[in-house]
Amino acid sequence: MTSSTVRASVSMSLGVAAAVSLYGISFGALAVASGLDFWQTQVLSLFMFSGGSQFAVIGLAATGAPGLSIVTAAGLLGVRNGLYAVRMSAVVGPGFWKRLLAGHWTIDESTAVAIAQTEPRAQRIGFWLTGAAIFVGWNAMTAAGAILGDALGDPRTWGLDAAAAAAFLGLLWPRIQSRQPAAVAAVAAVITVLTVPTAPAGLPVLIAAAAGIVMAILAERRHP
Amino acid sequence: MTLWTTILVASAVVLGTKLLGYLVPASVAAHPRIQRISDVLTVALLASLVVTQTVANGGAIVVDARVAALVVGAVLLRIRAPFIVVVMAAAAVAAALRAMGWAA
Repeated sequence: MTSSTVRASVSMSLGVAAAVSLYGISFGALAVASGLDFWQTQVLSLFMFSGGSQFAVIGLAATGAPGLSIVTAAGLLGVRNGLYAVRMSAVVGPGFWKRLLAGHWTIDESTAVAIAQTEPRAQRIGFWLTGAAIFVGWNAMTAAGAILGDALGDPRTWGLDAAAAAAFLGLLWPRIQSRQPAAVAAVAAVITVLTVPTAPAGLPVLIAAAAGIVMAILAERRHP
Repeated sequence: MTLWTTILVASAVVLGTKLLGYLVPASVAAHPRIQRISDVLTVALLASLVVTQTVANGGAIVVDARVAALVVGAVLLRIRAPFIVVVMAAAAVAAALRAMGWAA
């Protein structure tokens, strides 16, 4: 029984990691298209290591947003990782260095694969294998994308700006499959369209985030 | 803030948030209300970033090849196409429309 649940965990980890890593190519290419150099791009994948926040940094940098709003948007998008960490705490177990490395590798995918397993051992393997495989694959593919992106020239010719939009939609999609989050997304989208022409670069995203928090609190009041 | 400073500070904030999660007691952060607010926050930010990337150009709203590309991306997501396919198809649509001079 144990070996089959472990095998399932390993195969899920590697499948998820392969898909996500491949997508690191588009991050690398889009980052250099946004004006980052090779090492700035690579540092994001090595240290920030969280797709949503990384795309927020390059997307906002491309619009000329000030540093403070870039940091705020990336930080807010990273809040969910902190909550994943709380859930993964028991799976990872004690030990300072182990928890430090686990913290770095706590992302959407490693958490999702771990949670999908039923047995503690399969959960541990799912978390660590997914985290490690994505860390290696994502960074290698980021480097490949950054080199490729440098060679491409004007990003618009290749539709890389549209690819960035689709990337955000792909990150959003699985989160708006029920009515309430879909409504939140619609309101945030409308607020952004209305504030882009009037507010300074970088601010529309933060206004939408603030509106999201207000909506969450109002919904809590109605259904405590 | 220079771009380098922004990148390093933002990385420290995101990494720090992950590590913080291993320090707080589970009873505090696992509260369902905190979970729900975090989910909503993520959705609002991502939706706003979709719009910014699709129709913003500097401080103006512009409808160009990106909109058509996003529609194709949405259709592909609807039929459960893999992430990389969605991203590459969106790029291909925008590039083709521009190459043919049908959209800016």
